[in-house]
Amino acid sequence: MTSPVLKRKSDLLTEHERHEIEHWLKRYPPEQKRSAVLAALRAVMHTDGYLSTAKMDAVADYLSLPPIAVYEVANFYSMYELDPQAAAKYSISICTNVSCMLCGSDQIVEHIEAKLGVKIGERTPDRKFFLKNEEECLAACASAPMMQVNHVYYTNLTPEKVDEILDGLE
Amino acid sequence: MSELITIEVNGKAYDVRPGQMLIEATDNLGIEVPRFCYHKHLSIAANCRMCLVEVEKMGKPLPACATPVAAGMKVWTQSEKAVDAQQAMMEFLLINHPLDCPICDQGGECELQDQAMTYGKVQSRYQEVKRVVLDPDIGPLIETEMTRCIQCTRCVRFGTEIAGIRELGGIGRGDRMAITTYVEQALQSELSGNIIDVCPVGALTAKPSRYTARAWEMIAHATVAAHDSVGSNIEVHTFDNKIVRVVPRENDTINQCWISDRDRFSYEGLNSSERVLKPLIKRDGEWQTVSWQEALAHTHELLTQLKPEQSTGLASANATLEELYLFQKVLQGLGVSQIEHRLRQVDAQATQVLPAVTWLGLPIEQISEQKLIILIGSDVRHEQPMLNHRIHLAQRLGAQVFALNMRQVAFNYPVEQLAVAPAQLSSLLQSVISGLSEQGLALPNDGSTLELIQRHDTQNWVQGLLAALAQAQGKVLVLLGNSAQEHPYYADLATLAQLLAQQLSGHLGFIPPQANSVGADWVTTLAPQDEVGKAVELNSELDTVVLLNVEPEYDTANPYLTLSRLRQAKQVIAITSFMSPALRDYATVILPCTPWAETSGTYVNAEGTWQFARAVTEPKGEARPAWKILRVIGHQLSVPECEYVNIEQISFELRRLVDKHPLTPPTIQPVTTLRISNESGLERIGEVQAYRVDNVVRRASALQALVPETKAHIHPNTATHLALMPDTLVTVRQGEASLSLPVWWDESLPENTVWIAGGTEASAQLGEAWGRIELRAGGKT
Ligand code: SF4
Ligand code: FES
Ligand code: FES
Repeated sequence: MTSPVLKRKSDLLTEHERHEIEHWLKRYPPEQKRSAVLAALRAVMHTDGYLSTAKMDAVADYLSLPPIAVYEVANFYSMYELDPQAAAKYSISICTNVSCMLCGSDQIVEHIEAKLGVKIGERTPDRKFFLKNEEECLAACASAPMMQVNHVYYTNLTPEKVDEILDGLE
Repeated sequence: MSELITIEVNGKAYDVRPGQMLIEATDNLGIEVPRFCYHKHLSIAANCRMCLVEVEKMGKPLPACATPVAAGMKVWTQSEKAVDAQQAMMEFLLINHPLDCPICDQGGECELQDQAMTYGKVQSRYQEVKRVVLDPDIGPLIETEMTRCIQCTRCVRFGTEIAGIRELGGIGRGDRMAITTYVEQALQSELSGNIIDVCPVGALTAKPSRYTARAWEMIAHATVAAHDSVGSNIEVHTFDNKIVRVVPRENDTINQCWISDRDRFSYEGLNSSERVLKPLIKRDGEWQTVSWQEALAHTHELLTQLKPEQSTGLASANATLEELYLFQKVLQGLGVSQIEHRLRQVDAQATQVLPAVTWLGLPIEQISEQKLIILIGSDVRHEQPMLNHRIHLAQRLGAQVFALNMRQVAFNYPVEQLAVAPAQLSSLLQSVISGLSEQGLALPNDGSTLELIQRHDTQNWVQGLLAALAQAQGKVLVLLGNSAQEHPYYADLATLAQLLAQQLSGHLGFIPPQANSVGADWVTTLAPQDEVGKAVELNSELDTVVLLNVEPEYDTANPYLTLSRLRQAKQVIAITSFMSPALRDYATVILPCTPWAETSGTYVNAEGTWQFARAVTEPKGEARPAWKILRVIGHQLSVPECEYVNIEQISFELRRLVDKHPLTPPTIQPVTTLRISNESGLERIGEVQAYRVDNVVRRASALQALVPETKAHIHPNTATHLALMPDTLVTVRQGEASLSLPVWWDESLPENTVWIAGGTEASAQLGEAWGRIELRAGGKT
């Protein structure tokens, strides 16, 4: 029998995720490992598209934090997805807050829903697009209406512009 | 002391200590300021805003809990502005509150309810939908009703700061924020019950007592808890002559305002169906219920035939001082000198070298003032949660904690820990002491003659210790824990611990295992000198055994041996509160005595404080206080001076004896040669499970639900070597005793050790808690 390797929770982290966490850890004092939790979760989001409890536990283990401290952060920020159904190549947030609404965001929502054939809160069957539930004003009111696709802001939207953007995505 | 400063509150001037928050000052002055999130033993969160008061020159009202006092400050707690703010906050807090007081267990003792009545508006203006929060199941001790939560985060801060393990957290944000464990699981903290008390609303309530009685229907009795060795001050709440619940009673020198879960929830055991309610006699192998008269006459008859040299008395160190005193008096009156309460100690040498009373050596409060604490053979967190709390406090105040253990104990604060197999603990200590003396820390005289072996690499640990010592300002404490006391080489370990303490110019102390361990030790000093410390030899020719609330299958170092000897004994007289299958088997007479809470008596805690715990409920059935039973037995046998009229008379007599036998700092008569263990093979680690320590706790159902299934824990390397995979069955064998247990891989253990918890159903079938053990793959055939 080979020598046993006890499974640590952090074993689940990929090479890339570890690399990313290490990169961020360098920026903080060694006893402040928790500072890297946002970056660590972002790295996991990048690979998995959402945060599973197992992966959050892995991050907690890696950073020597109580798991609940990681759950708290993951649940606080809306950029983290906790539902596997939300994992998609492109996550689209269409702002429908006041300024955007006044500038016609309802129409944009309707258009995208019709185009992708899914409602807000749903994912296309090919897992390419996920229409995220609105959180709050995305702070681009001056160029309303707007949407965010993954990390990129698209402003002054019209249905035609939306088609162009979405069709241009791989 | 810094100079006092003057502040004005509600138009009156007061001198107060600078540097404190306003709320501390008003609390000390007896001026009421409402609050939810503020708690004097927790950090300041200032998130509920209920404590808003008006402060001169400040535009907006300020939170009293987060506003430091300043000279000349003028404060109004009841001005229009303050009242306005309080009413607004109250209204705000109640927006999402269900207002379900009629079905809430907290009703009648709820801070929210009280403050809503005092500071709130009469009517709510809120018409909209309220939020609903799902309730997580956080285990058998605490019920959750999270819709009632006002997010004060006291429970979360308690976890981080006091319990030392953060299990609850605030998940989500804004109006969706909820307090939860997120992943549903039972809380692991041994102090978890305290969140019931810190929660100002009915969100966290005691599960075992839920819906039993209303706060105003219960009678509160001030008394002392009987499991932890600190003697936590508690209030027992009864309804209809039944204990409904136990809550802490504040005592800053002992338990502050906390208690352990063990002391809080143990009361359930008192209502166990296994309580013995009538005297019983075994006749021709059949148990018969008899009258007290008959039982006592029979006991008398048995005792008159007793052969003193072959007889022994075993008492629980959870018995009261009065009971232990009479137990010793009666047995000695019969010529029996083998009387023992240290039933888990096995080292015969220990009785010669150790002081008669092994106690903490300093006041509990002073633990938190130490700067360097070294634990030897101790999982203090589970042995004595409240002492651990003090060590944790010391650590938070800057102390460094070191440990020499027999496994990597999971502490709830940072500890520099070395762990070796039991047989190596002595040589580990020797290596440390030699290492320190090489670094220039002189060995005291009595140590220089000892031959110290240096077998382990302790260099880093010793360096760390020296660095900590440099900053310790002489505040050093060495503590011997329960595992060290149960160790086969206890005498050696104690000798070495004392050497270490002397090298470091620190105090030496012991962690007493049971509620009255110190008291029980002290009682032995009242016996004639030559009789003290005679170890009980359980040979096969036992004549009479008298038991006082002892269950040998759980309470002794070697259950298998003890049980077989008891079965062979000619007669066993058991004064006990509980029935058990083993007792049915070996006993001759069973005399039902009242347990804690139904009996009054003194407990001497770890620091030597005497506390009288008064009975709070009537005895169940025909059970009688053990001291009365012993008094009658003594009287019948014409033992002199047994004629006590009441418990106070015995207590009084004992009090007078204290002056003649005071507690002195525990000093060890060092052993002259250290034993060397060259054991090869597997060793057992048999620490007692924290909720299996005595006969009451063992029957407290909610606590029992937290006792994990007993498994044979083995280091993965050892397990692989023996081809033992997790959760497969293994047969463990100790001499004649054997048992099948599931395997559990456990990296916290040294190699070649097997950890099987003591005090459990499984360990009741095994031999020595600390000793040789064999393993064979596969279940018992
Ligand atoms: S559960 Fe109780 S103690 Fe915890 S945050 Fe809510 S109200 Fe405060
Ligand atoms: S309202 Fe849409 S970006 Fe501000
Ligand atoms: S008690 Fe001051 S803000 Fe909560």
